[in-house]
Amino acid sequence: MSKKYYERPVIIKQHSGMMNKFGSSPSLPPITEVEGIPVKELTEKYGSPLFTFSERKIRDNQRKMLRIFKTRYPKVQFAWSYKTNYLGAICSVFHQEGSWAEVVSEFEYDKAKGLGVDGQHIIFNGPDKTEEALEKAVKDKAKIHIDHFDELYSLMEITERLNLKADVAIRVNMDTGIYPKWDRFGFNYENGEAAQALKRIAMNDNLNLIGLHTHIGTYIMSAEPYRQAVIVLVELANMLSKQYDIALDYIDVGGGLPSNNTLKGQYLDAEQILPTYEQYADAITAPLFDLNLKPDELPTLILESGRALIDDAGYLLSTVIGNKRLSNGKRTIIIDAGVNYLFTSHWFNHKIAPAQHSGSFTENSAVYGPLCMNIDVLREDIVLPTMRKGDQVVILYVGAYSVTQWMQFITLRPNVVMIMEDGSVEVIRESEKLENITSSEKVPEKLNSFSLK
Amino acid sequence: MENYKMLNNVAVSENGFLFLPGTGESFTLNEIGRMILEYLKEGNSSNEIIEKIAGEYDVDETVAERDFNDFINQLKNFRIVDAI
Ligand SMILES: Cc1ncc(COP(=O)(O)O)c(C=O)c1O
Repeated sequence: MSKKYYERPVIIKQHSGMMNKFGSSPSLPPITEVEGIPVKELTEKYGSPLFTFSERKIRDNQRKMLRIFKTRYPKVQFAWSYKTNYLGAICSVFHQEGSWAEVVSEFEYDKAKGLGVDGQHIIFNGPDKTEEALEKAVKDKAKIHIDHFDELYSLMEITERLNLKADVAIRVNMDTGIYPKWDRFGFNYENGEAAQALKRIAMNDNLNLIGLHTHIGTYIMSAEPYRQAVIVLVELANMLSKQYDIALDYIDVGGGLPSNNTLKGQYLDAEQILPTYEQYADAITAPLFDLNLKPDELPTLILESGRALIDDAGYLLSTVIGNKRLSNGKRTIIIDAGVNYLFTSHWFNHKIAPAQHSGSFTENSAVYGPLCMNIDVLREDIVLPTMRKGDQVVILYVGAYSVTQWMQFITLRPNVVMIMEDGSVEVIRESEKLENITSSEKVPEKLNSFSLK
Repeated sequence: MENYKMLNNVAVSENGFLFLPGTGESFTLNEIGRMILEYLKEGNSSNEIIEKIAGEYDVDETVAERDFNDFINQLKNFRIVDAI
C-alpha cells in the first residue's frame, strides 16, 4: 500500500480585522493577574512598581527550546547568558534546568561560582578578561573563549608560568549578511585571522583547543545569518580535523534569537514577522551535518540564548500616577515606572496592558515615567482605555536586560519577586534603601558640616 | 510524552478554518494540521496520533514526532490546546 504524501502540519493566524480604523493595534485585553495572582494583591504586598518573574514560564521556555534543538541535532547544551539577567534566583532556575553559565566579566564569573557553578561549566567570553581573571579561569578549568591576539598571548604566558593546561575556544566573527556587522569581537574569518589564531593554539602544548564560538548579534530577525555563521564554523572545524587532527568538543553559536518584543519603528508586531524558533533551529543545525566526522564524534552544539528564554517570563507591574493632556490634545498617562527601570524601552515598544477591566472606550495615548526628564517615555503611542489615578498596568516581556541594565537614578529600585511553580511568591531582590546607596559614598571631612541661612 | 486536549471553545470547519469565539481570532490549517486537531478531539494520546500519521503518510516516526511537537507548541501559544 502506498502512503499519502506528507506535509508538516501548519497553522497560520489570520490578521484581517486586526487593525482598527486608526491604523494602530487595539488595546490589549486587561491582564488582571500574573500566574493566577491578582496584580493588586502583588503590588499591595510588595509595592509598586514591581518586577515579577514566573518560574514556570522560565522552565517552560528552556524546555521548549531544548526540545526544538534536540529533535534536530543529537547533542545540545545551553549556557545561560548572565548579562541578560543575572539575579541569583533566575540563574539558578536555568542551572536547575541543566544550563551552564556564560559570563563576560570577572564579576559575572565570580557570581556564577558563588551560585555553585564549577569552572568546567562556565564559558568565559568577552574582550575584557583581566590577568587575574584568566588565572582563576585556568585553575578552575573554565572554558575560555579567546577574543583577540593579546588575550591569546596572555593566556600562553599564564599557562606556561602556572604550568597548567587551559581549555580554550576562539570567538570567530564573519560576514553573515546582517548589518551592523559584529566584527569588534573575536577573530575575523574572511581575512584569515581566525585560521591564524587556531594555528597558534594548535601548536601550543598548554592550550587545549576544544571549541569554536560565535555570537552574530542580538535580536536577529532572520534565520539565514545563523546558517551562514554555522557554515563558516563547520568549515573551520573540518580544517582543524584535517590539518591538526583536532576533534572539537563543541561548536557554540552564541545567542541572538529574538523574543516577542517589537522594535521601535517596526510597523508590524514582532509576533507577525519573526521566523519561528523552529526555523532558526533548522538553519543552525542543518550545516552541522556537513562536518567530516563520524556520528559518534559530532561536537556538542552550545547555545547561549538570552532574551528568547527570559523576556516573556518577566512583567513590570506599575501604577498610574495621573493623566494629562499635552498642548496638542494628546492624552498622556504617567506611571510610577520609568526608563530608569526599563532601559530596554529605548529600543522596544514594550506592550502595556491595563490591569483592570474598564469601559470599552480607548484612546491613543503616550505613557510617561515619573522621572523629571524629557527622555522618560515608555510609549509614544499606544491605544489604552481610560485610566484613573491608582489604576494599574502590566508591562509585558521585560525579563531580558531589564534588571541588569536598570539604574539607580532619581528613585530607588523596587522589589523583584518570583512567582514559584507552587503559586507562592518569593522576593528575589529586595528594594533598595537609602543606606544601600549612601553606604558606599564618602564625604571628605571638610564637607561634613554646613549651615544654611 | 505529554498528552493534550483541545480547549472547548474551538471551532474547526471542514476546509481547515479555525475560529476562537472567545477572542475573535481565526486561523487556517493544512490537511495534517486539521487531522491532528481531529485526533485530539477524539481523545487520542500524543503517541497514538504520531503512530497514525506515520502509518498513513509517507513519513518516519521521528520526523512525525518532531513536527507534531512543533505544531503542538504553536497550538499552545495560540491557546487552542492545553496539556492534560
Ligand atoms: C557572547 C554572548 N552570548 C550570548 C548573548 C545573549 O544574547 P541574546 O540575549 O541576544 O540571546 C550575548 C548578548 O549580547 C553575548 O554577547
